[in-house]
Amino acid sequence: MSRNGPFALLFHALVVVFMLAPLVVVCLVAFTPENTLSLPTTEFSLRWFRAVFERADFVDAFYNSLALAFCAASLATLIAVPAALAITRLEFPGRDFFNGLFLSPIIIPHLVLGVALLRLFALMGVNGNFTWLIFAHVLVITPYVLRLVLASAIGLDRSAEQAAQSLGAGRFTLFRQITLPMILPGVAGGWLLAFINSFDEVTLSIFVTSPATQTLPVRMYVYATESIDPMMAAVSALVIALTALTMILLDRIYGLDRVLVGKQ
Amino acid sequence: MKLLDGMRRGRQGYLMSAPALALYLGLLVIPLGLTLVLSFNVFDYGSGIDSHAYTLDHYISLLGDSYFYEIFLRTFWISALTTLLCVLIGVPEAYVLSRMGAPWRSIFLILILTPLLISVVVRAFGWSLLLGADGLVNQTLQAFGGSPMKLLYTPFAVVIALVHVMLPFMIIPVWTSLQKLDPAAEQAAMSLGASQFTVIRKVVLPQIMPGVLSGTLIVFGLAASSFAIPGLLGGRRLKMVATLIYDQYLSELNWPMGAAIAIALLLLNLLIMLSWNRMIEGRYKKSLG
Amino acid sequence: MAFVQLENLSKRYGDIDAVVATNLAVEKGEFVSLLGPSGCGKTTTLQMIAGFVDVSSGRIVLDGRDITHAKPASRGLGVVFQSYALFPHMTVRDNVAFGLRMRKVPGGELQQRVDRVLKLVRLDRHAERYPRELSGGQRQRVALARALVIEPPVLLLDEPLSNLDANLREEMQFEIRRIQREVGITTLMVTHDQSEALSISDRVVVMQAGRITQIDTPYTLYEHPRTTFISGFVGKANLLPGERDSAGVVQACQPGQGELTLSLRPEKIDLCAVGAGRLQGTIASRFFLGSQWLYGVSTSLGALCVVRRNDGSAPMTEGTAVGLDWDPALLRVLSVDEVPA
Repeated sequence: MSRNGPFALLFHALVVVFMLAPLVVVCLVAFTPENTLSLPTTEFSLRWFRAVFERADFVDAFYNSLALAFCAASLATLIAVPAALAITRLEFPGRDFFNGLFLSPIIIPHLVLGVALLRLFALMGVNGNFTWLIFAHVLVITPYVLRLVLASAIGLDRSAEQAAQSLGAGRFTLFRQITLPMILPGVAGGWLLAFINSFDEVTLSIFVTSPATQTLPVRMYVYATESIDPMMAAVSALVIALTALTMILLDRIYGLDRVLVGKQ
Repeated sequence: MKLLDGMRRGRQGYLMSAPALALYLGLLVIPLGLTLVLSFNVFDYGSGIDSHAYTLDHYISLLGDSYFYEIFLRTFWISALTTLLCVLIGVPEAYVLSRMGAPWRSIFLILILTPLLISVVVRAFGWSLLLGADGLVNQTLQAFGGSPMKLLYTPFAVVIALVHVMLPFMIIPVWTSLQKLDPAAEQAAMSLGASQFTVIRKVVLPQIMPGVLSGTLIVFGLAASSFAIPGLLGGRRLKMVATLIYDQYLSELNWPMGAAIAIALLLLNLLIMLSWNRMIEGRYKKSLG
Repeated sequence: MAFVQLENLSKRYGDIDAVVATNLAVEKGEFVSLLGPSGCGKTTTLQMIAGFVDVSSGRIVLDGRDITHAKPASRGLGVVFQSYALFPHMTVRDNVAFGLRMRKVPGGELQQRVDRVLKLVRLDRHAERYPRELSGGQRQRVALARALVIEPPVLLLDEPLSNLDANLREEMQFEIRRIQREVGITTLMVTHDQSEALSISDRVVVMQAGRITQIDTPYTLYEHPRTTFISGFVGKANLLPGERDSAGVVQACQPGQGELTLSLRPEKIDLCAVGAGRLQGTIASRFFLGSQWLYGVSTSLGALCVVRRNDGSAPMTEGTAVGLDWDPALLRVLSVDEVPA
């Protein structure tokens, strides 16, 4: 069914290889039985995975990232849903400005946000505080939730809400029983997307984490600048596996291609 | 007064947006403002930041010192090269994808775009595995009898990894533009005698230009402010703006200088984006609405 | 006092008058259609009655109660939307039960009423299905059941059949009428389809540019349209110049001679032999409509439309010269359009 010629398909194959090569290599090297970076040629060994779990700093960092992502995603969703509903169905002066403002962190470099928050937290004396780290993550991941909930809310059949009103539904009943179930894919998908992005975040986190609140990507970055060994590959493989799991979930709930490129 | 009237009736809208607004004001607007102020503060290696004294020194050295100039220039040409490569690879790839049938189209789309969801640290590390002195590329070269090349810690490594990370950001807007095309227009052109190549050049390309240009904006902006990739693949000597800021803040502890560089980066970013955007709107608004 | 009374109802959006000083009295148990072209204000009127659009001025009185500013949830009216507006995440049964749940109807009685109304609309065997598993006609019936089960004083239908294909539409028209008669509920329907309005309503309200231009029973409306627009909108009409003759009877005349505009329905014109009848003409075109033949005839009074029953005999061919005749009593005098067409 493809209308592409052999030349085009060859090019395409090269692009796919290019995009997947680093990830495949990382996963393979993670299983090497050797002490150095090499592909597992004789056997697949789990020694480096064991090594990861023996490193308290990595395990702690993993739990930090998990807790951080969970809290940040949830908070971001709680903030984004009412804002999205307000933007899509209520009229008020400044509505377009709010829309732009709430989506803006996407175009501001995380680097700049990182140093800016570092300054704020230092002045407030809360640098290294886990709660404020959560707020920092909420700032950068809210646009992801907002975008998906906006798309769901815009596509919502407003007449279904009017029907519910005509049948006697009050404001809270309307939201709980009608509106929320209908935008749920957007809300759940947004939560998951925000979760992944928080878990992955490194640039901003480097500036606002302390040794106690260090996240996994930051730990990995620091480790990678000092030494490169297969254990790094093992951690990376684990991260890839976790991400793959979340992606499958995201696909079930919302549709992965819809998340990445919008509605077809 | 009409505005106040509107605001009063929009009460509920403000109420529902209030949490988001509080977050953004508190953690976006204020910190950026503080950083701006910080960039004018005095810094002394002995006593640290003096937040009550103001100076233009940092900006002056930013504009005058050749060290900074070099780094900005390097960042610029690396970002420009990355953007160019993303266009040359991403646009044809998006086109090839759009001409595939289901289910291959969805499958490959997902395969190519999901690296987006994997941490940049992992991806950069993957490239260091491939490009290192003992990395896979060199091992393959040696297996074929060639001699190892220094690939890691060169601009080459940084550009390759940047292209890898940024390619999805080019493919997505181009893909979106392609979806809006009316396939019947291509068929009409062919029925009138145009070859496949002409169709691409005269029918498809002009219509997806907004998507391409929007992609270049995003890629350039992200590449210029990229941190983890130059940090892991550029090494100590290949500094870009992001690693420079990191140094100022966390090694030199010269926060005001770091702030000045950060503000300069932000302003340049916004400037380039706004003027590019204006140009796109101007050229394409009439024909594509 | 009528059951539903609209008093000087109007709606203004900025500089635009969507509905202007509309007065309407609907009796209990009546089926009234609001008919008109798009933009005439019929949907806005319905939405004001339902409470989804604020009234600019005027009153809406239901069974003696002024509901002009009441919230939609408290009006208790049954509304069927053009897009059906079913809750996609609920089964047919739960959709229909929703209004009863809002009214805290106890479980046993609730199920009984839901079962009864599902039987009424003939969907009892689909109660556990989801809207996406139903056809257009079935979804429409769910929407109807959901509005009826709460036993509202008035049923409001907003272009309920416009999304159905032609065959299904006709079938559903009769279904709606049957159900309405069985339940005896006062019904207000908005439609742009004149044949639909004529076939199932007790009275038809024609609206144009925000105003009501005629209210009559379907037969009266068709036979005695008041204006040029109405005569063309409700059925086809031949417009002829006319005058009153010496006996005061209205007759058609040559263009330029009379000051009246007359309307003559295509089915009221007979085609007879050349030379006979009151007007001569030539068949210019013909269209086959199944049960009828539609002829375009060129005459000295202009191009006329004639409809003839398909009785199985050979139709007339283009170019044939014919005579036309009609009963002058069937000529209708039209007044000038009071509103811009």
